[in-house]
Amino acid sequence: MNTQLLLIQVFNGLVNGAFYALLSLGLAVIFGMLRIVNFMHGALYMLGAFAAFALGQAFGLGFWPALILAPLIVGALGMVLERTLLSRLYGLEPSYNLLLTFGLTLLTQDLVKQVMLSQFAVSSAPYTTPDILTGVVNLGFVVFPKYRLFVIALTLVICLVTWFVIEKTRVGAIIRASTENPSVTRAFGIDVSKWVTGVFGVGVGLAGLAGVLAAPIYSVEPYMGAELIITTFAVVVIGGLGSIMGSIVTGFAVGVLAAVGAAIYPPIANTLVFILMAFVLLVRPSGLFGLPEGTR
Amino acid sequence: MKKARLTAIIATAALFSVTAALAQGAKLSDNVIKVGVLTDLSGVYSELSGPGSVRAAQLAADDFMAANAAYKGKVQVVGVDHQNKADVASNKAAEMIDRQNVDVLMDLPTSSAALSAAEIAKTKKIPVMVVTGGTTALTNEKCNKYTFHYAYDNFMLANGTGSAVTKRGGDSWYIIYPNYAFGQDLDRQMTAAIKENKGKLVTASDATPFPNTDFSSYLLKAQSLKPKIFGTMQAGNDLVNVVKQYNEFGLKKQGIGLGIGLLFETDVAALGQDAYAGALATVPWYWNLDQRSRDWSAKFEKSFGKKPTWAQAGVYSATTTYLQAVARAKSDNGDAVVKALEGHRFSDFFARSAYIRPQDHRVTLDVYTVQVKPKAQAKEAGDIFTKVATIPSAKAFTPLAESKCKF
Repeated sequence: MNTQLLLIQVFNGLVNGAFYALLSLGLAVIFGMLRIVNFMHGALYMLGAFAAFALGQAFGLGFWPALILAPLIVGALGMVLERTLLSRLYGLEPSYNLLLTFGLTLLTQDLVKQVMLSQFAVSSAPYTTPDILTGVVNLGFVVFPKYRLFVIALTLVICLVTWFVIEKTRVGAIIRASTENPSVTRAFGIDVSKWVTGVFGVGVGLAGLAGVLAAPIYSVEPYMGAELIITTFAVVVIGGLGSIMGSIVTGFAVGVLAAVGAAIYPPIANTLVFILMAFVLLVRPSGLFGLPEGTR
Repeated sequence: MKKARLTAIIATAALFSVTAALAQGAKLSDNVIKVGVLTDLSGVYSELSGPGSVRAAQLAADDFMAANAAYKGKVQVVGVDHQNKADVASNKAAEMIDRQNVDVLMDLPTSSAALSAAEIAKTKKIPVMVVTGGTTALTNEKCNKYTFHYAYDNFMLANGTGSAVTKRGGDSWYIIYPNYAFGQDLDRQMTAAIKENKGKLVTASDATPFPNTDFSSYLLKAQSLKPKIFGTMQAGNDLVNVVKQYNEFGLKKQGIGLGIGLLFETDVAALGQDAYAGALATVPWYWNLDQRSRDWSAKFEKSFGKKPTWAQAGVYSATTTYLQAVARAKSDNGDAVVKALEGHRFSDFFARSAYIRPQDHRVTLDVYTVQVKPKAQAKEAGDIFTKVATIPSAKAFTPLAESKCKF
């Protein structure tokens, strides 16, 4: 295995890692605050990509406006779902949420499929890279698409901003407090439930953003999130449920590890993440960055 | 006045009795011929076959009934969803034959579903015309007396594209294929076709997971290997992802061409034809092949609202061929129809110089190696292919001597 190929794969892995990080970050924020395992996250990622495509078809909006608008649309939809459906299940055991979000996933996928076929007459939608980011850059050791470098950079910025807001600001302090101990937070006169909706919106908005970013790379189709979400859940488990920094670092790390692993021994590409997950569960059940339940 | 009406009634009655007399010549089970289109009505192949295939079969039935007064009102078409699953396909096939009295099964996208439906049809002695399924096993080790393979197969794709590309100077390849029956088979056939034309593989073909979305590591490998042709045996959505990323990594600008195993019109529509421009593929037909094809396509589009894919045109042709065999056999009994189909030579808008080989039931026809033209050169909507070569019926498919079929 020469170092050049290894370097190439590291870069390649960072791109996949960027998507894992964005998605698991959203999952972590939601789980931390609401104790909901949002199975619908993959479908919302797909909705982000689909929104970008539909905005382009219906209003002629390009990639840049879509990059802002699509996550807002997905976020807003998420808040509506949280208020109307998810909020009704907070008192019940977590499996109800799982069933609900899973059902919503199936519904969303089929709805999007119907809309795509009836309105746009395609089962998989074309989406082009913005002009300024098309083409490749010669990095010396590898010729790499500009757009993918942009994805890595933007994702890093978004992740760091999210981390900063949650860990270093007053808003973040409220969110963290409501996460750690909702009843005590309420005692301080803070309406936790108000924050819950907003946080859910931000979490799924991040999934929408990942979707827009994926549109120029992967084919935009109703099931594009189904496979990705499974890997993302594994990433969340490895990183530790609810840990912000954990999900960011693990997202990128798993992306790189899987890519390098695939270069060394290709058949392992799809299973490496799950082997890793099994190992982490054995050695450190609360995840690499998670605190054991008792210490919360 | 009264007299005129009476004459009309008598004339009508006479006409009916003539029709009845004609139809009495043919022995039809339950007095109808029921064509069962077993296809993907909701999944990944529903756009290229699916409801369009059902419509195509219906059009074929209508045209046949219009042309043969004896069969007026006697042909019915049903469309059933097999969800691309082998087990669903065999259950549905049995149900259609036993409960709905279907006399023939059509279309069958997805090789595994086609194979399992063919198994059922064999035990029930009902003919199957596989149009959209591609595996060569249907006319080799898994062949049977009641199964016919229409339109295309993996050998025809590899033989057409592999040799055309290699002869045109694309003589060094790097191939990736999806790791399941269809992909492995296509890779084997493609490699053989390339070597036969004195081309070479720069490295062993790589199997990719199936389904898969990220092909970047294979594209980066291609970048460092610098073959003249990057061959992809992926189909459907996987193919769309490969081509999308092939463009993203700028392989074309680096002098690495694109060779595609199986290409449907819908794959091109999913990305726009510029993404595929210059790529070569082999197809049994396309809508603007010539005037005859255009005429039929216009009729189809008027009825269905969309241009036909080659799979849908194939279903029309296969249905017509089947119905004509029923007319010749004067019966819809499976064995009688099979006998009428075997050795039959014909030519229609879809299948040119067609011949139904009695030995393995491969339906051979002229096929075309095509190149995707850039959007700027398209003269009208849907104008995507330029014909590069016609491969004559006798040379397009597995030579009989190499067929492993015994029944």
